[in-house]
Amino acid sequence: MELFTIFIGAVLVNNFVLARFLGICPFLGQSRNVGMAVGMGMSVIFVMTLASVATNLVYGFILVPLELEYLVTVSFILVIAALVQLVDIVLQKVLPALHRTMGIYLVLITTNCAILGLALLNVVKNYNLVESLVFGLSAGIGFTLALAIMAGIRERLELADIPKPLRGFPITLILAGLLSIAFMGFSGLVKL
Amino acid sequence: MSLWKEFNKGIIKENPVLRLVLGMCPTLAVTTRAINGVAMGCAVIFVLLGSNIVISLIRKVIPTKVRIPVFIVVIASFVTTVDLLMAGFFFELHKVLGIFIPLIVVNCIILGRAEAFASKHSILDSVFDALGMGIGFTLALTVLGSVREILGNGTIFGFDLLMSVGYQKFIIMLLPPGGFIALGLMMGLMNKLTKETS
Repeated sequence: MELFTIFIGAVLVNNFVLARFLGICPFLGQSRNVGMAVGMGMSVIFVMTLASVATNLVYGFILVPLELEYLVTVSFILVIAALVQLVDIVLQKVLPALHRTMGIYLVLITTNCAILGLALLNVVKNYNLVESLVFGLSAGIGFTLALAIMAGIRERLELADIPKPLRGFPITLILAGLLSIAFMGFSGLVKL
Repeated sequence: MSLWKEFNKGIIKENPVLRLVLGMCPTLAVTTRAINGVAMGCAVIFVLLGSNIVISLIRKVIPTKVRIPVFIVVIASFVTTVDLLMAGFFFELHKVLGIFIPLIVVNCIILGRAEAFASKHSILDSVFDALGMGIGFTLALTVLGSVREILGNGTIFGFDLLMSVGYQKFIIMLLPPGGFIALGLMMGLMNKLTKETS
């Protein structure tokens, strides 16, 4: 039940993009069409789940026993960067077909603040290994959901007559605001 | 003269938030109050200045292949410093800004300036570039924070502005949607103004 609460909380109530403001850059940059958004989303779900578990292990088995908690930022960013590289290499070798569609997004993921934010939130919330696995997975799903919806709207937006100064990023931000209002309707769905 | 140009470009012409659209996450997340914007801006200026100076100093020693990891470690060290300093001296603000202080590491502005500017220019140029970009970022955050605080709470920097005249709080401005909409409109306004003057 606890895990289900984490899942609903991260996907709908406290959506990473629309309520926590994590991963805004890819959200604005990669949401031009639905195919691209889903490709990016899949890579993010994959890396987030792995990174969540990896950083949890690093924190629990290396930083805490050695009393090096203040190195949390430096070590997490290095773990994430190394992990993304590793996934890239392994994927290229084992599943070349998948790598061709996902590869280009993997490079962008290292500097995606959603991943580091997730790792830091795991520490703040004191999640154990299973909880952080579920949190990582559901945060990724929430990100993908927001990205795919946004891409769907933006495909339609191509046909709309938008006032000139608002074209591009401004209208995307205003849209994100409206989407965020819609997602606020989910608050109260679970007790956090 | 060219130093002034490096400094000046970050404030309006290449404003990191409103023009280059970098560093969106902290911009939207912390600007529920004007003071948060100032605090976040100062933290970013510190990290940007530190990392630009160090990277400019070691730019000839780093092998090109491993430059990004090196940049990230340098930046992360400065971020940890600012994180601990703020926890020590400004505990309240540190609690409000929360994970967005450590997240300065992945702020695209800092890595972007390291890669695009500091790794190719001398120290003095890099210092002015860092100051310009940092101040541009701080200004954008403070203005956005002020707008959201005035509309959402009727105050600015904690001082009463509209409450005494019976202002109805526009709560949504303090919630996530308000951040998106206010920033979108601000960018649109900036586009319109700069279009007309040029």
